[in-house]
Amino acid sequence: MTDLTASNSTTRQTAHRSFRHKRIAALTAPVLILAYLTYVFVAFDVAGLGDRINVSNMKTLVADSYSYKTHVARDNRNGEMEIAIEGERKGRYAPGQAPSWVSLGETTRVELGNGHVVELGPEVTYDVPGYGLITATPGRSGVNATLPESPLPEWINASKNRLAVTTDAGRLTITRNRAEVFRYFNGWELFFFTLDSPYYGLSPLELLRSGDYGAIWQDFWTNKMWRHGDVVWALVETVLMAFLGTFGAAMIALPLGFLAAKNFSPLGGLRFAARRLFDFLRGVDGLIWTIVLSRAFGPGPLTGSLAILLTDTGTFGKIFSEALENVDDKQIEGIASTGAAPVQRYRFGVIPQITPVLLSQVLYYLESNTRSATIIGAITGGGIGLLLTQAIITQKDWEEVSYYIVLIILMVVAMDSFSGWLRRKLISGTEAGH
Amino acid sequence: MHQNTTAPDITSDYLAHTRQKRVMNMILLIVFVALLIGGFGTANARNAGGFWNGLPNVFDFPADVLGEAWERIHLLPSYFVKYLPSLIETVNIAGAATLIGALFAFFAALLATRGLAPAPRLVGPLRRLLDVLRAVPEIVIALVLIFLLGGGPVPAMIAIALHTVGALGKLFSEVNENASLKPVDGLESVGAGWLQRMVLGVVPQVAPNYLSYALLRFEINIRASAILGFVGAGGIGYDLRNTMSWGQGKFDEAAAIFLLIFGTIIIVDQVSSHFRNRLTHGRAYEDKGAIL
Repeated sequence: MTDLTASNSTTRQTAHRSFRHKRIAALTAPVLILAYLTYVFVAFDVAGLGDRINVSNMKTLVADSYSYKTHVARDNRNGEMEIAIEGERKGRYAPGQAPSWVSLGETTRVELGNGHVVELGPEVTYDVPGYGLITATPGRSGVNATLPESPLPEWINASKNRLAVTTDAGRLTITRNRAEVFRYFNGWELFFFTLDSPYYGLSPLELLRSGDYGAIWQDFWTNKMWRHGDVVWALVETVLMAFLGTFGAAMIALPLGFLAAKNFSPLGGLRFAARRLFDFLRGVDGLIWTIVLSRAFGPGPLTGSLAILLTDTGTFGKIFSEALENVDDKQIEGIASTGAAPVQRYRFGVIPQITPVLLSQVLYYLESNTRSATIIGAITGGGIGLLLTQAIITQKDWEEVSYYIVLIILMVVAMDSFSGWLRRKLISGTEAGH
Repeated sequence: MHQNTTAPDITSDYLAHTRQKRVMNMILLIVFVALLIGGFGTANARNAGGFWNGLPNVFDFPADVLGEAWERIHLLPSYFVKYLPSLIETVNIAGAATLIGALFAFFAALLATRGLAPAPRLVGPLRRLLDVLRAVPEIVIALVLIFLLGGGPVPAMIAIALHTVGALGKLFSEVNENASLKPVDGLESVGAGWLQRMVLGVVPQVAPNYLSYALLRFEINIRASAILGFVGAGGIGYDLRNTMSWGQGKFDEAAAIFLLIFGTIIIVDQVSSHFRNRLTHGRAYEDKGAIL
């Protein structure tokens, strides 16, 4: 009896002790994580982020991604009018042409909607409902603005040589040489056709009825504003990088994987060399391979493919050799007992066992490499990654940036479902076959 | 019917089936090889420099870098010290992003697993959200955030963390699906709340796999963090970009940075794979690497 209670109490003590240890361990982990995050946040100066954040950039980005503006400008020196979407040369209306809300003439009348009307002529007027008439006669002496009698509201910025009026309807800027009105619209203008195309502004039905599909396609494909042809090629290049890189790597890694697997490679030295090669290829990493290769091959999809190929040869070599080491010997023995030659033993004893593992890994990497190819494209210059970085660097084509982002997401999702479909198809097929 | 089929029937059926399969495999193989060759041709044609022209020059750049590094090899240790802070920044970006991403993924996975989610209606939308987070390459978010927040490590950290939420969220919820629901039911029967059921019933089952996946993510994120530095997000990638532009005579420093990145990746890979093996196979599991 006493023995039992004694051992009982020691058991209890050990249990208590181990509970205490567990509790301390459970507490230390969150504390350590919190301490590390605090250190990182201090090191990264996250607190100072509020000062660094660029609110006006954020506003431009958000507004630009779903809307566009049309510039209507008058050169005050010679009275010439210029109307252009986003103020770009590629989106300029031909002389004498204008959207319906602009009536060209000696004085050009611009309707901004909701009763806001701007007249551009030797005298510029802006009738703001609920405020009054703003007039200006820009010339050598300055802007010469007359504003309604009242304290200057926040949305008007006036000085001798510049007048800026920003309302919900649009924006008017007058300097000595130039009077410019912006009107904002929702959507992505000129997405299908640019203004110089005869098909601009036609409805889908009219396009269908016109019948010249070749010319319509040509105008759409070579759209100077959105460059659909270039964008599609960029997507193709990106997918191509992933495809060539992944499958090229898999084909190189398979024989090397046999060399590195303990049960297939009798030579220890060779095995060691193969394994270190894999480690080296993986360790150097895609970034450095990209840099090294782009010096030799120049920017483009081939450089990206080779960078992916080199990195993934290392990864696949490791995965394949491990899969080969886990191969079940029984199947091989079974095949051997029927008198099969070594090649047949590999073909029917080994390959069926590793194909599912190999294929599913390779297809998984195909999807993940589509993302890497975007990044590599941004570094080496090729594919959709390059277009994206270019669009971001100009800092004004945010509608194109959002367009590319949407395309990239769709591309990756498509590759993901494609590789998933292929995986199910091929792997269930091989399983059924054996 | 089946009993009437004779052995020769079965044999001929089997042979016909095999033949058909062989033909199908052959066609697939031809299509695949054609795609590969065609793809290579296209990539080669669209590249600035051709493959065969560039091939002899592959070693020119490494030779330049190594040559310069060799000339000033005595300076190498001082370069290691010089770029150590950048390296630490890169590792910290990856570390913080992995931690934050894993924390969010932990909750997202519990909310996105059928049978565990407190609001089953949210499972579908949440999974789609994780898919989108996974699909966006880090560089997209990083570049936009650099525009908004300016350069530095924070945009990279946020970008990698978001991607990590998507990637780990999916893996975690797959682990959750394999967890036994018996402890959860037991806890529910004694009146435990949702959080208690999760923490006491699910987490002990899934924690080793969670940790193992998070470690693997950390390996991946270190590489991502170095790459994002290269496009302007701070850390060692940024230094690498600066030192390896032509004509600066800084190739020796670039070589030092190459070595630092290489060494870090190798060390992190080795340490993490050691712990992952211990986590998924227990202490006895040695030597053999797990397939992941």
